Order: sequence, then C-alpha cells, then structure tokens
Amino acid sequence: MSESRKLTRRQVLQGTAAAGALGMLGNLEWIGQAWGAADKVKMGFIFVGPRDDYGYNQAHFEGKAAVAKLDWVKAFDEEKVPETIEVQKTMESMVKLDGAQVLFPTSFGYFDPHIIKVAPQFPNIQFLHCGGLYQEGKHPKNVGSYFGFIDESQYIAGIVAGGMSKSGKLGFVAAKPIPQVLRNINNYTLGARSIRPNCTTNVIFTGDWSLPVREAEATNSLVDQGIDVITCHVDSPKVVITTAEKRGIYCTGYHCNQSKLAPKGYLTGAEWNWAKVYMDYAEMIRKGQTAPHLVRGGLKEGIVKVSDYNQVVTDAVRKQADAAKDKFMGGGMVVYKGPIKDNTGRVVIAAGKEHVQTDIWLESMDWLVEGVIGSTKS
Amino acid sequence: MEVGWWGVLIAVLGGAIRIGTPFLFVSLGECLTEKSGRINLGLEGTLVMGAMTGYAISLHSGSPWLGVLCAGLAGMVLGVLHSWICSFQRVNDIAVGIAMMLFGTGLAFFLGKPYIQPSAPRLPSIDLGGWSDIPQLQAALQINALFLVGIVVAVVLGWMLKNTAWGLKVRVVGESADAARALGLPVDRIRIMSTAMGEFLAGIGGSYLSLYYPFNWSEGLSSGQGLMAVALVIFARWQPIGCLWVSLLWGGAAALGPSLQSVGVTGGYYIFNAIPYIMTLAMMIITCSPKRTLVGVPRELTMTR
Repeated sequence: MSESRKLTRRQVLQGTAAAGALGMLGNLEWIGQAWGAADKVKMGFIFVGPRDDYGYNQAHFEGKAAVAKLDWVKAFDEEKVPETIEVQKTMESMVKLDGAQVLFPTSFGYFDPHIIKVAPQFPNIQFLHCGGLYQEGKHPKNVGSYFGFIDESQYIAGIVAGGMSKSGKLGFVAAKPIPQVLRNINNYTLGARSIRPNCTTNVIFTGDWSLPVREAEATNSLVDQGIDVITCHVDSPKVVITTAEKRGIYCTGYHCNQSKLAPKGYLTGAEWNWAKVYMDYAEMIRKGQTAPHLVRGGLKEGIVKVSDYNQVVTDAVRKQADAAKDKFMGGGMVVYKGPIKDNTGRVVIAAGKEHVQTDIWLESMDWLVEGVIGSTKS
Repeated sequence: MEVGWWGVLIAVLGGAIRIGTPFLFVSLGECLTEKSGRINLGLEGTLVMGAMTGYAISLHSGSPWLGVLCAGLAGMVLGVLHSWICSFQRVNDIAVGIAMMLFGTGLAFFLGKPYIQPSAPRLPSIDLGGWSDIPQLQAALQINALFLVGIVVAVVLGWMLKNTAWGLKVRVVGESADAARALGLPVDRIRIMSTAMGEFLAGIGGSYLSLYYPFNWSEGLSSGQGLMAVALVIFARWQPIGCLWVSLLWGGAAALGPSLQSVGVTGGYYIFNAIPYIMTLAMMIITCSPKRTLVGVPRELTMTR
C-alpha cells in the first residue's frame, strides 16, 4: 500500500470536524434561516391513525391542511403514531429536525405520560394536546389543552333524527362507555326527545374504536329491530354510514362530513372544525403570544359545526333544529337542565338545577338518560 | 315489522353467512395447503393484501369481480413466494408464515394508503329471501355470490381430494414426503401448487371483506380471520365440508354479541363478543390429547413430527 493512501491523524480529525459541522446543519433551524423560512410559523401535527379515515384523524388533518395553506405557516404531520414511546420520539424529532415551534399531538392517550415527559425538555416549544386534560400547577407550563363540545352538534343531529324518524326509534353504535361517548349519546337522545318525547335510542357498544365487522353487524341488528335513523361514535364512521345506506335507512354522521358516502340517507352530522382552532393558534404564535392553557368551545366558538341538512329534511324539522342552533349560538342553551332521569329511573339532575356546558361535573358522566336502551356496565 | 327476540336468530343466521364467508375461503385455502403437508400462517397477510388489491382494482376498473380475481392472483403470488422459500432445506414453514403475514399486511398498508378514502363499486347481492314477507329475514338472506362459490369449492375440493389422482398425490405428499419421493412424485412442485391455490382462495376471502361485507378498505378491516383459519381447519378435521360448517358456526357466533344488545340484553357484551374466541380455545382444549393424534391430520405437518 502506498504512503499517500494512509490517513494521517490530522486528516482523521479534520474529517470528524467536518462531519460534526454537517451534523449541526441537520438542525433545520440553521437551514431554515439560510432559506429564509425562519419567519414562518412551524406547526407539527401527530395523528394516531391514518389521515384519511373519514373520522377523528381526518377531521384533524383537514384542520392542518387549512393552516398549511397560509403562506406564513409551515405545517408538517406524521400519521399512525402509536400512544407509546414512539410518540415521544416523533415529538423530539419534530422539534429537533423540523424546528417545530408548536406541536399538536392529537390523540387522547398521548398526554400522560408522553407529553408530560417531553415538554419540560423543550421549554420554548408549546405542546398543545387535544382532550382538555391540562391542569394548572400539575402539568408543565408550556403545555396546553384544547377541546370542542361536539355534543352540542349531536343535540342538533338528534333533533333532525327524531324529526325524520318514522318509528321514533334511533340507533347508536358506540365504541366504549366512557364519559365523552355517553355525553354524545345523551345529547343525541335529549335532542330527539326535545321535539318528540317518546323517542328512544338503542345503543350497541362494540367494545373498541375500530372493529368494522362488528360495527356492520351492530348496524344490521339495529335495523332489524326497527330503528330508522342511526349514528355512531367510533373512530371511522364509514362502515356504519355505508351499511345504513345499503339498508335504506337514514343516518347522521360524526367527526367529519360523510354525505358523499350516503347521498340518500345522510341527514346531517356532528363535525369538528379544527381549522378554526389551528388558525387561531397560528395567529397567536405569529404575534409572539403564548397560547392559553385551555381552549374549549362549541358551536358558538366555531370549534364544532353541523353538516348541511340533506334535501329530504323537511322544513318543519329544519326550523326546530335551527331554533336550537340559534340558542346555542346565542350562548343561552343549557342541555342538562333538571329534572333529568337516567334510564333506570333514578333522578340524576333535580328540578331547577342546571349544569352548563363547561361544568366539570359533566365530564365524569357515567349514566344514560331516560329513553336510551342500553347499559354503561360492560 | 316487530321481530323482537327472533331478531337474534335472524342476526345469527344472517351473520353466519355474512361473516362466515371470508372464514370459509381462508379455511379452505389453509385446508388444501395443510393437506399437502405445510402450515401456512401467512394467510392473514394474504387476506389483508387481497382486501386491498380487490378494492383498488374495483375502484380503477369499475368492476368488482375483476377486483376479486386480482385479489386471488395477488394471494397466489404470495403463496408461490411462501412455498418457494419453504422448499429449501431446513426452512421452517411456521417462521416463514409469520414473516409472510407481516410482509403481506405491511405491503397492503403501504400500497393501500390512497384507497382508504375513495368509494369503490360494491359486489352485488342476490336476494334469496323473496319467499318471505319479513323484511328482516329478506335482508339476512341477501347473500353474495361468493358464498355460493365457496360452497361449491368446498364440495368440489372435498371430492377431488378423495376421488381423483390429483387429490391422492396431494394427500401422499402430505402424509409422507419420503413415500411420495419413492413414488417419483415432485414433492416441492405439488406443495407449491397447493399453497398457491390455497392463497388464491384466501385472497378472494380478503376481497369479500373490502368489496362486500363490511365493505370499504381500511387498515383495521381484518379481525384475524387469517389466523383463526388455522384453528378452524383443525376443528374441521382437515375436511373441506367441515370448513363450511365451522365457518358458518363462527360467523353466527360473531353476530351474537351485537344482536343481543339490540334486543336489550345490555350487560356482558364483552363476554358475548368473545364467544368465537372462547369457542376456539375450548375446541383446542377438547381436541388436544397427549394420548392420541387427531383424526385426519396430515402426518407431514411440522407440529405432529
């Protein structure tokens, strides 16, 4: 071997230094400055499922797509990130490699312990979690929560369902009896019974968030029992909606607009409007403000919305639904106003008592309202 | 029309056919493969791959039946790959099967990304309930032609394995590879063909999921039908006709949980939903005994060696 091929100690050291410099370049904040992208607001989104599931994740993805259109925002996302240490790695790489200033880990299970663990390492980055779990003093300062009262939209959808049903029997395919799901079921039923007091809602719990075969079976069984409007609270309503359309009954959607899947039967639906929330956050960060720790709201705040009514929805029903919607928009609507009984006959809210939408008591709901056929016991 | 508790019976009947059909195809495929002396655990991957392929082809071509065919062909390719790898010396078919399961599922998820959202044409159904004036029964008896095809395949496969030279060859290879070689039979080629045909059926089973029931391609579509097939074949005693009955039984059991809730039996739904799996366990315990081997088990299967 000739002398010139051998590496000297000095050459090795030079090489290492060059590699180190290259590594530092990998920190995108540098490149960002070089390319003039540093003044953009950089937002990272993390989804637990596929972006286009016609459900929860798609609703968030549509919000992300809306902010990404702004020319002063750079938004990036990663889908199908499990609620494990995996999400911690994703968050770290979004901060370190993509230079994210704010992160939106959208799944409920990302919060504890993952966000709580990662957030203190990056005190200048804001971690905003969808789910409303933030507690003052208990959680890191750069963490926040946002959530929408989609049950308000479910109340409206319930009115439409109750008004359009011939049999007065509604169906609800739900994943698990947790407070958020029960609140949707109860609001749907209360909405329907507000205009048709003898309406009932038949609930089937499938046991998990995504079980296509069982969701289809549940829908078929409910139709066999004579229900003629159905809705659901599962990760992707696609199967329930298409099965309902095939059986020739009405349905109302959830998470995002599914009217394309059931042009005949899709009456209306309860939808998220994350675009509004993400736009607001982007604006705050652009102005250099710190985002508030808790952002919550319903129809009035524009965080949730109701799908456009199908043309088959009659004028009388539209009027009743719109009247309730106006009341929500005006802020004067209280759904949980006594007397309210649960479906075992127990009085849960005494006459004259009111629980407004933001009442923390509602977040531990473990009962089903009178008129629901189903049980919270597994 | 009020059906009340009869609704449970109707749901079990309808579910047996609706949910049972993919079980039927996958278990027939597994049955044929095992008859030739190999276990194929890769069928779960094939099922998912078939579901994705069928949906994609149906969307692009507008013909769901072409989708079914392509799903079968996609399965066949995976089957040839599995059996080709297994034909090397000292390759464990179970390990290869697990690898193929992960490969098939992963590939389907990777290629299937653009197909989660769009709506593809659905397979048509045949009304067999016209004689009844109960709408619920009519709906339960709306079946897909693939179910009828599955019955025909089960009967024909059973007959061929028993009565034809081809069936005899497959069985000889499955009973004793050494004896087959002594007879001059091409052991590897017969196994490759059996596995490929088995996977063809499994691919069709997958396309049933995405193109008929529950319909739509999604990553959570399969609930382990491909893995359950191995247990079903044991339960069916390696008889194709047995696969038919067992699949119907499993389909009916899976329909029980939701239908009981619909008539107001609201408690214990986790237990009712677990019935098919409890049945699998119970069946495994009943059929396994250290004192005797199972009736009908092909002796070349790794597990009996």
